[in-house]
Amino acid sequence: MAEIKGLKRVPVREQDPKVRATNFDEVCLGYSEEEAVEEAGRCLHCKNPKCVQGCPVSISIPEFIAALKLKDFDKAYDVISESSSLPAVCGRVCPQETQCEGQCIRGIKGDAVSIGKLERFVADWAKANDRHMKCYRGRQGHKVAVIGSGPSGLTCAGDLAKQGYDVTIFEALHKAGGVLVYGIPEFRLPKDKIVAKEVENVKCLGVKIETNVIIGRSVTIEDLLTKEGFDAVYIGSGAGLPMFMNIPGEQAKGVFSANEFLTRNNLMKAYRDDYDTPIECGKKVVVVGGGNVAMDAARTALRLGAEVHVVYRRSEAELPARKEEVHHAKEEGIQFDLLTNPVEILTDDKDNVTGMKVIRMELGEPDASGRRRPVPVEGSEFEIECDTVIMALGTRPNPLISSTTDGLETNRKKCIVADEKGETSLPGVFAGGDAVTGAATVILAMGAGKTAAKSIDEYIQKKYAAQ
Amino acid sequence: MYKILEARNLAGPNYEMLVEAPRVAARCLPGQFVIVKVGEEGERIPLTITDYDREKGIIELVYQPIGVSTSRLSQLHEGDFITDFAGPLGQPSDLTRTPIEELKKKKIVFVAGGVGTAPVYCQAKWLHEHGVESDVIIGAKTKDLVMLEDKMKKVANVYVTTDDGSYGRTGMVTRCLEDLIAEGHVYDHCVCIGPMIMMKFTCLTTRKYGIHTVVSMNPIMVDGTGMCGACRLIVGGEVRFACVDGPEFDGHLVDFDLAMKRQTLYKTKEGEAFLAWKEGQTHSGGCGQCGGDK
Repeated sequence: MAEIKGLKRVPVREQDPKVRATNFDEVCLGYSEEEAVEEAGRCLHCKNPKCVQGCPVSISIPEFIAALKLKDFDKAYDVISESSSLPAVCGRVCPQETQCEGQCIRGIKGDAVSIGKLERFVADWAKANDRHMKCYRGRQGHKVAVIGSGPSGLTCAGDLAKQGYDVTIFEALHKAGGVLVYGIPEFRLPKDKIVAKEVENVKCLGVKIETNVIIGRSVTIEDLLTKEGFDAVYIGSGAGLPMFMNIPGEQAKGVFSANEFLTRNNLMKAYRDDYDTPIECGKKVVVVGGGNVAMDAARTALRLGAEVHVVYRRSEAELPARKEEVHHAKEEGIQFDLLTNPVEILTDDKDNVTGMKVIRMELGEPDASGRRRPVPVEGSEFEIECDTVIMALGTRPNPLISSTTDGLETNRKKCIVADEKGETSLPGVFAGGDAVTGAATVILAMGAGKTAAKSIDEYIQKKYAAQ
Repeated sequence: MYKILEARNLAGPNYEMLVEAPRVAARCLPGQFVIVKVGEEGERIPLTITDYDREKGIIELVYQPIGVSTSRLSQLHEGDFITDFAGPLGQPSDLTRTPIEELKKKKIVFVAGGVGTAPVYCQAKWLHEHGVESDVIIGAKTKDLVMLEDKMKKVANVYVTTDDGSYGRTGMVTRCLEDLIAEGHVYDHCVCIGPMIMMKFTCLTTRKYGIHTVVSMNPIMVDGTGMCGACRLIVGGEVRFACVDGPEFDGHLVDFDLAMKRQTLYKTKEGEAFLAWKEGQTHSGGCGQCGGDK
């Protein structure tokens, strides 16, 4: 009996789908102490832990779980914070099923250990008990500038500060957090309770954050390195402008990019009456795309009171979103129109959206991404009635930094070119995260920030050793 | 936080504000804008820069309160602080990137409408400081709404026109421009800044005369830094973003009709919010939003 029980993970409590569809409170309620300790008991403590290899920031997973099992939460937190500056975030938004949990031996026969939920428990415990990462103050004096306060920048800044560097983060928006603040919704990642606290944690390490500074416009990278006396710069400026499909009707009133829709709602808190920024969310919303951003936009529109359809050109197996997001979206009543692709957005004489003409797709031969290429089925067009369309098709890099930094190499897609150590074509200038890879995940951006922090440390050590 | 050094009511409904923002003042150029936000709950408001003082680190803004956020801004006084002030944003005017010798050969006319007179002043002043002459047409509905005339006269040849003829010439800016051309003025470069409808018709006029025309677009924006895509326009058949590709574009290529439609998107919500804000505790429900229970 015990053996069979061990195959299943301890289920995590969630808000009832019917209730949460009408509020912006967090969906997942997390483990209690008992649940966390019980789940920790499922870890086999492999000698050669595959989970650690699956983690982009190489958290010593079996070690923190072992401490958790012994109810030594202090130690569990210390182990995690050695590798991650943002555990409360990662425990919530990492695609664990393809990373740590995807590698877990338990997962071969039964459920993988619920590593993400355990990490979240430890991080939340630390917050509830006012445990912070160890504070350091710039003992080396060397200055490093970090551009962007998203997951990549916060990680890089945190790691450098721990080594005693004097780090300043420059943030273009009025609030620190990057995509954690403007992109990921409250119901998945609470802003005040979690994100603001994680940012505080990084500040506690001695990192300064200057908001409202647009690098490339307010000040250039060259100026940072010369006039402002920084020894190195890390570019973690994130993804940029939204892509559109270039189909008829796309400029009509009621067509939004997911970036705009989510920024209004998350950063500007348009869903709350006490904030001034408006949001126009109709009664029937179609979200185009199948990634995490599409799920976030769809579930936000649902909470604003709309009936929501997700239109995606491939099948369910190819949906790039985390499984948990798709599962949650379905539970909440979002409808998936799969193997369907928009052809035209229909409008009335005042240019308001009235519907969308779509075409059925079927899967053909695999394309460059390895996924089967969707091909339109001739003559299968039909119309969907809707008053709002949200395009969640990915982004193109923001040109602000590359166009104002001489000698900074970019690739065909206009992403900044950086090698595996995060070095760019300019000495002393490092880059990582979405600005380099194009839109990816929070944890990959954090991994890049971590790698770059190491490279920056080496670079500065070498620079001063030579003098 | 950014300190307000001076704040005053200008002509009609317009306000002028001097703000301490050294980083912005150090690098801004004519044509660029800033994002201003008042309070935690405020909107991000894009405002084009009117003037700047690099040494003192000061930015001057002129704006017309039209909604809740701009009205809230207008209630701040000297010594108060603005919560957020980000910039400079957008591309500087093409004029600032043209060799001075080339500029001196150009015959430049600015067409300014309403509160658009302020950003025109910034450009005319820059040209004047670089020894380049220009003509400026200031258009307003009526005499009381003519702004910055004296300042403008110090940096350019000014022609004022009012729709009702209460001051200066009579008629819209397009008529004034055509009259000036008929009077023998020759122009090969026009910069037009004002309400979209005015820019549209100015472009139709300059097209007739083959005058290259630049307009400064003011679509709806949220972040203003090249992220959200709200400010997209169709220019020359392509999607362009006012916040990073603009705000200035070749006026003869801008799809104004589309831009004007998109600008009305939040009109109802903004109107309702403004009413609720203005009436405060006494709000009687005329907004149609709250069910009249407030």
